[in-house]
Amino acid sequence: MNTTGSNAATGAAQNVHNPDYLVDIQHERLSFFTPAGEVKALNDVSLYVRPGEVLGIVGESGSGKSVTAYSIMGLTAYPGRLIGGDVWFNGHYINTMTEKQMRRIRGNEVSIIFQDPMTSLNPVYTIGDQIREVILLHTDKTKQQANDRARELLSLVGINEPDKRLRQYPHELSGGMRQRVMIAIALACEPKLLIADEPTTALDVTIQAQILNLMMDLKKKLGMAIILITHDLGVVAGTCDRIAVMYAGKVVESGPTDDIFYHPAHEYTKGLLRSIPNLNEQEHKRLIPIEGSPVDMLNPPAGCPFAPRCRSCMKICLNRPPEYTHLTDAHFSACWLLDKAKFEAQGEEKI
Amino acid sequence: MTKKNPLSFQLNVDDFLPATEAERQSLNQLRPSVSFWKDAMRRLRKNKVAMVSLFVIIVIILLAFVVPTFYPYRYEEQIKGALYLKPMTFSPDEQARIDAGAKIFPHILGTDNMGRDYAIRVMVGSRISLLVGIIASAIILLIGSIYGSVSGYFGGTVDLVMMRVVDIIYTVPDILLIILLSMALKDPLMALAAKPGWEWVQKLGVNLISIFIVFALLYWVGMARIVRGQVLTLKQSEYVTAARALGASSGRIIRKHLLTNCIGTLIVTTTLQIPSSIFTESFLSFLGLGVAIPMPSLGSLASDGLNGLTSYPYLLLAPALLISLIILSFNLFGDGLRDAFDPKMKS
Amino acid sequence: MEQTKLVEVQHLQQFFPVSGGSFAERRVVKAVDDVSFFINKGETLGLVGESGCGKTTLGRTLLRLYEPTDGKIFYGGKDITHVNMLPYRRKMQIVFQDPYASLDPRMTVGDIVGEAIDIHHLAKSAQERQDRIIELLSLVGLNSEHANRYPHEFSGGQRQRVGIARALAVNPEFIVCDEPISALDVSIQAQVVNMFEDLQEQLGLTYLFIAHNLSVVKHISNRIGVMYLGKLVELADSYELTFHSVHPYTRSLISAIPIADPKVNRAAHRIVLQGDVPSPVNPPSGCRFRTRCPYADACCAESEPEWKEVSPGHYAACHHLDRVR
Repeated sequence: MNTTGSNAATGAAQNVHNPDYLVDIQHERLSFFTPAGEVKALNDVSLYVRPGEVLGIVGESGSGKSVTAYSIMGLTAYPGRLIGGDVWFNGHYINTMTEKQMRRIRGNEVSIIFQDPMTSLNPVYTIGDQIREVILLHTDKTKQQANDRARELLSLVGINEPDKRLRQYPHELSGGMRQRVMIAIALACEPKLLIADEPTTALDVTIQAQILNLMMDLKKKLGMAIILITHDLGVVAGTCDRIAVMYAGKVVESGPTDDIFYHPAHEYTKGLLRSIPNLNEQEHKRLIPIEGSPVDMLNPPAGCPFAPRCRSCMKICLNRPPEYTHLTDAHFSACWLLDKAKFEAQGEEKI
Repeated sequence: MTKKNPLSFQLNVDDFLPATEAERQSLNQLRPSVSFWKDAMRRLRKNKVAMVSLFVIIVIILLAFVVPTFYPYRYEEQIKGALYLKPMTFSPDEQARIDAGAKIFPHILGTDNMGRDYAIRVMVGSRISLLVGIIASAIILLIGSIYGSVSGYFGGTVDLVMMRVVDIIYTVPDILLIILLSMALKDPLMALAAKPGWEWVQKLGVNLISIFIVFALLYWVGMARIVRGQVLTLKQSEYVTAARALGASSGRIIRKHLLTNCIGTLIVTTTLQIPSSIFTESFLSFLGLGVAIPMPSLGSLASDGLNGLTSYPYLLLAPALLISLIILSFNLFGDGLRDAFDPKMKS
Repeated sequence: MEQTKLVEVQHLQQFFPVSGGSFAERRVVKAVDDVSFFINKGETLGLVGESGCGKTTLGRTLLRLYEPTDGKIFYGGKDITHVNMLPYRRKMQIVFQDPYASLDPRMTVGDIVGEAIDIHHLAKSAQERQDRIIELLSLVGLNSEHANRYPHEFSGGQRQRVGIARALAVNPEFIVCDEPISALDVSIQAQVVNMFEDLQEQLGLTYLFIAHNLSVVKHISNRIGVMYLGKLVELADSYELTFHSVHPYTRSLISAIPIADPKVNRAAHRIVLQGDVPSPVNPPSGCRFRTRCPYADACCAESEPEWKEVSPGHYAACHHLDRVR
């Protein structure tokens, strides 16, 4: 029944998804139709999230990581449009849901926290107003009950003096506090999935440690799944169960965290790991960067999107997009080099 | 024995050879260069209203500057016996000559109270109006942008003082000043006109010179405020800090970084200032404070045309319509320019 | 090896007035408060700290882009605190953080790089100017075709290279690198870091490298200074600071950095600081770090700790250095 990844040939996989998965995205394609042309933001993205697990989506600007997460919530901004594939969340088929139906699950079954807490909170409403809003929208609690719940949430996220804070406005709080408030709002209705879009990128490193600690604590307490989107490999190493590496609108590698870090299969993943300076290294080792520049999404290459920057680029990489190869049950990667190994092995057998 | 290829029938060994540097680089093409101007012009061309207005402006400019040079009539030429001719008619005198075989260019807009061909007077009148509008706007642009950028860039006390001066200037009544200046300057300018090389003063007239002086004294304040606002925002930009770190002088920063980044605003504001100046000149001429006779301006033509309104409506209609047309087309074109130069454009 | 001091600051202060409050209160943001250090010729001094620590303000004050409220700046032994900076603009340059904001969008890349040449009359003819521009562009990995294009046509990494080429145009000896890679993608950061190192070797440059990412700073710097709320709290050789730091803030900063290695991450002992960074308008009395410090006690509130040399070349300001060790 599982049709993620390698069985791309089964085009008739529509409307068939794995019920064990909380999120099941298959071959999603999404483009933005801008005046400059069609920006193919997502070009066949497949990934899944099981209940209670933490999936890290790693990628750079233009990789499509945020777009993928937003599409789960139906938050794709105009002029973007889903043009292919299936998106399943918690048994709902997102592709055909109406805006009204989507509103019922947003904030309720799935929540999102954004990168910049300064602009995500409404400056003219108090913290209390904003937390109560979400509670009153999705539950039948009274105003008083909602207020109690808000106080509960603030202590849950480690904000003391909750009564005082509830009456304050966003600008009176620091960045770290605001991010905690965002988390409180996101968790108000105990969602099954929390999407965190670069939640700590704008924060100082000591505050980042606090927030990540908090998120992992809450995950244990409430048993929710988390999609953590970031470009920081250090952050995913410490928090995620599984990782999906995205490049130019495709998932190029996906697997358990240890597999990705200790047995990376895709040249891009390998390149990223090589190019980060290690704080613990004892002597100065020159960094090995990935050459070239990120892809122009208006005009992505016909073959593997990483081909122009890949040291081991082959002729076929320029012409045809690679298919997924499974290295283990859970770890797969899309790279012709892996096929080449298989191909050569096959060829030798014949002789 | 068939070789069963598990992957697909299109793969072969050669596909797995390493790609050459050239093949990889072929994918790294820079997109064709699009400068800020080209992008703005492209947007302008798409705007139909702006393009039609531009066409009208060009036609009017041709009529005002080019056509009179080879037009068979002169604006001050009085044709005897051809007073108050209706459009496209001839005087009995001219009619007789035509019957005798002479070719006489028709009076497209008839003639006025002194037998002067009206079409050429309207065309020359447009020329004067346009010139006044454009020159006045140029003066405003020059003074306003320099004043506003200096005030905005230096800030602090300099800005405070300069803006209070602007506030004071705003309170001065312009028409009153023009009248006073005309009266005060009349005699000195007459004396000046008598000197060799200064005859043009006589031709333009004291009133028109007063108008230019007043524009230079009073009307630039709006532009100054707009430019100051832009400069206040732009001077916070990091590229201005970078220029300072390179050692650029204030003058250089204002010229090369601040004003160039306001150019969209400057062009649009100037383009919208032109019809305003033309209108001011027109109604001043209408009041008799404009160009000296016999030189026509649309306003003075309209004023004269008021006299015989009931019997000869075309004498008022033609210049009035033309004033409206000029102002409307400049305004619409200015709007189109503003949309084309929209600072929120994405690169 | 003979080390000569190229840049030095003594008791540098940068206070900004803050509006608001009654007429009686004249509040100031003590962005940089009594900071002293020196940088030797040819070395890279890294400066780290979190938001509000004043490192960016310090970098700009050093170049006199802001006038210091107190203290002295020395360059090559000369006191340049109040002199005309124009000749020194040829020796001291800066690379900015935001590649999108630091390039004038209306100028071509060639003109941006050539502006310095024009200001200081470094080229005698148009041809010489053009040659020099192309030379600078190739130093940073761009080519002549790029000279006629506008910044918006380039990626972030390429724009940052243009910024570096612009700084190099005057042949400087000293460059303040103000968070030059923070705004870039991870895969591009390594390229730019390598380029900084190569240029330093090729041209004999001295850097003040300001960043909040300690891993990168440690990689590129010889010595590192740590700032907190306007004060320098520790200064030492890079390896010494990373593995043998003594100040509690430095310790917690280092332990908070997530390492890109799952096993190490899981085993790491994190010192998670409580609370938020205090406001620089109203810093805590005495030692500014005491509100979040696990070792703070009464004496920390009374007096500011002294800047002491803990071991050769290793300085720190803390009342409880012995306890921390």
